[in-house]
Amino acid sequence: MKKKTKLLLGVTIMIAALGYLIYGGIREAAVYYITPTELKEKGTSAADRAFRLGGVVVPGSLTWEPQTIQLTFRLTDGKQEIAVRHTGSPPDLFKEGAGAIVEGRYANGNLFVANTILAKHSEEYRPPQAEQVQAKELYRTLIKPREGR
Amino acid sequence: MISTLGRFSLALALGIALYGAIVSILGAQRRNPALVESGRGALFAVFGLASFAVLLMVAALVGRDFSIRYVARNASLGTPLFYTIIALWGALEGSILLWIWILALMSLLAVVIEGKQNRESIPYATAVLLCISAFFLFLAAFPANPFASISPPPADGRGPNPLLQNHPLMAIHPPCLYTGYVGWSVPYAFAMAALIKGRLGDEWIRTVRRWSIVAWGFLTVGIILGGWWSYEVLGWGGYWAWDPVENASLLPWLTGTAFLHSVMIQERRKMLKVWNLALIITTFALTIFGTFLTRSGILSSVHAFSESTIGPLFLAFIGVILFVSFGFLVKRSDGLKPEGDLDSLVSRETAFLMNNLLLLGFAFAVFLGTLFPLLSEAVRGVKISVGEPFFNTVNVPIGLVLILLMGIGPLIAWRRASLESLRRNFSVPLLLAFLCTGVSSMLGVRGLYPLLAFALAVFAAATVFQEFYRGARARRQITGEGYLAALSNLTRRSQRRYGGLIVHLGVVLVVVGITASTVFKLEKEVTLQQGESLQLGRYQVRFDELAAWHEPQRFVVQGSFTVFNANRRVAEMRPSKRFYPSEQQPIGTVDVRSTPREDLYLILSSFTRDGASATLKVLIRPLVMWIWIGGAVMALGAVVAIWPGRRVLAAEPAKERVAWQPGRS
Repeated sequence: MKKKTKLLLGVTIMIAALGYLIYGGIREAAVYYITPTELKEKGTSAADRAFRLGGVVVPGSLTWEPQTIQLTFRLTDGKQEIAVRHTGSPPDLFKEGAGAIVEGRYANGNLFVANTILAKHSEEYRPPQAEQVQAKELYRTLIKPREGR
Repeated sequence: MISTLGRFSLALALGIALYGAIVSILGAQRRNPALVESGRGALFAVFGLASFAVLLMVAALVGRDFSIRYVARNASLGTPLFYTIIALWGALEGSILLWIWILALMSLLAVVIEGKQNRESIPYATAVLLCISAFFLFLAAFPANPFASISPPPADGRGPNPLLQNHPLMAIHPPCLYTGYVGWSVPYAFAMAALIKGRLGDEWIRTVRRWSIVAWGFLTVGIILGGWWSYEVLGWGGYWAWDPVENASLLPWLTGTAFLHSVMIQERRKMLKVWNLALIITTFALTIFGTFLTRSGILSSVHAFSESTIGPLFLAFIGVILFVSFGFLVKRSDGLKPEGDLDSLVSRETAFLMNNLLLLGFAFAVFLGTLFPLLSEAVRGVKISVGEPFFNTVNVPIGLVLILLMGIGPLIAWRRASLESLRRNFSVPLLLAFLCTGVSSMLGVRGLYPLLAFALAVFAAATVFQEFYRGARARRQITGEGYLAALSNLTRRSQRRYGGLIVHLGVVLVVVGITASTVFKLEKEVTLQQGESLQLGRYQVRFDELAAWHEPQRFVVQGSFTVFNANRRVAEMRPSKRFYPSEQQPIGTVDVRSTPREDLYLILSSFTRDGASATLKVLIRPLVMWIWIGGAVMALGAVVAIWPGRRVLAAEPAKERVAWQPGRS
């Protein structure tokens, strides 16, 4: 019986260790989903933990500084707006008027410093062509030198 | 025309699958060979109809038949032929069609190949496989019908999701992964057949084990290819993000790996019978759960298909599977009493038990972390996610212990290991592990986990090489063969053992690749004017120019960068952004320069319209290539383990004993 007890003891220890790891992992890594309104309510009390803030990028609020790689914009849920800063270039699907989720900290009650931006992919169907013309127009200057060759 | 034919063949296949399942069971119970034969015929018919449906869909895609909604959404006039064909599995409905076809093929192969040895249980296995087919055929025939039509048909289609037409890996990653998922249906079906029939001797084990290795091998390759695809296409410089869909594929892999180990204890020692059946059932249920996560839109993910209504159906199906399977398990528990007992705590049995506990713990943590947002919302009303930090905190230590066990398990003796055998088997690997720790800390590796990871990897690799070397040397002494001949004959004599060891070697490579590419990652994002350079690690990267042009299906803006290594020009790299007409935003396309030593990874983040400056993200990730190589080695090991050869193990138990005793050289 002694062998079984030992085995049982070992298994218990392993399960306990696993439980402890998971508990610690959750405490360390928990990130709350929050809306701009909820974050405004929390104010400075939210400074010490990480959040996932979801909202729509306010049209006209987006600035991108290539030299310093700084991206700033405001996220809104229709009621409140939160200013967000991110070091890094905007992800491909990120744009004004589109949904985005940012992960980071609400530093001092007025600026959300994001370390990750997750742009929401829009599944809406766009007729082809229209967009292609746009891209061509936008980068006309880039096409010319190559076509001239 | 195609639409009608397609719908008809799917509906007919559904009817035949249900019919086949019923007559198989009736035939088995009434001992009526005609009915059993009819059930077997149903497998052929379902496979034929599924093949026909797949061909129809390919024809519709290639013929750009935009009257079919799936084609209109996933093909376009401008899409190249290659990406048009693989659009077959680019979206929900088509992927289910492919799933059905693979399932039909695997069912047929399994029943034909195993039919001779498992005459008693084959009708039940056939019935189970046909029931699974019926579920997916139901999905394809009704809520997710790939042949649904659209009217009026558009002049041009939308084309596949740009991410899915950006890399040829899309051609093999999904089919591989699906085969890995679907493959677990076969061992599950044979395990259930044994349970239903109440024939719980050893004959089902060999069948189940062989097909588990097939499924496991495909799943492994599918997961690794998924990481590779993510690395080459998604443009964030990583290969694994603990994304729900990635986790969903890892879950059955973990429980399946646990099963492949614990089933050996059952074969050898007739223990853990209930445990093994529970593992097979869980693994199969997790494959369905993974499909559910990918296709229900319940958790957002880059790999997921768009939202659909089939989620509840999957949940119901999983519920039925668990209820029926565990119901039978409880009913038959009398016949599943262990015949052996644990002799000593220092034995291979214990090593395997620990391996199982850890793999399940790993799986549990992944499961919990993946579903945490849903669970926390249900329990506390707050949506909380746990991201990468959680998985790293919990799973890295578990993974490290698993690698240690991976070195110990295959060499430690069954029943009871003597101190002398422990010393003989592990002194060299241990010495090398310590040596590795010294060397890697001299080379600048810091931190407990990285040092442990490298040391344990060396330890596990050393045990594998030592085992091959000793085996070959012993053979050489007895038979006088050359080392190479001895090595190959040795492997042929106990394929499963040496195949397994090769898999372990692959795991070591993957672990080393992951550790090095994570710990020594360098990263920099800079905006460069034309002619300017940036420095990262050994490399200088110079921005030369920006160019743009049209391709039939897209518009491309590409940057040219010259890469120098200590003033020596080593490469010209061209990351780009691609604009697809159906998308509002561009898709970045990275350029990766892979060498065995490290990968240089360039992402064109943004640029000014006149092309004068560009923002570039550069990453250096050491040893990434070894992850893919490790995956290939794991696949090779799986192939060695199941390669049809002489059934030495079955016919000559005495020799098996010799082959399976490590360190007996």
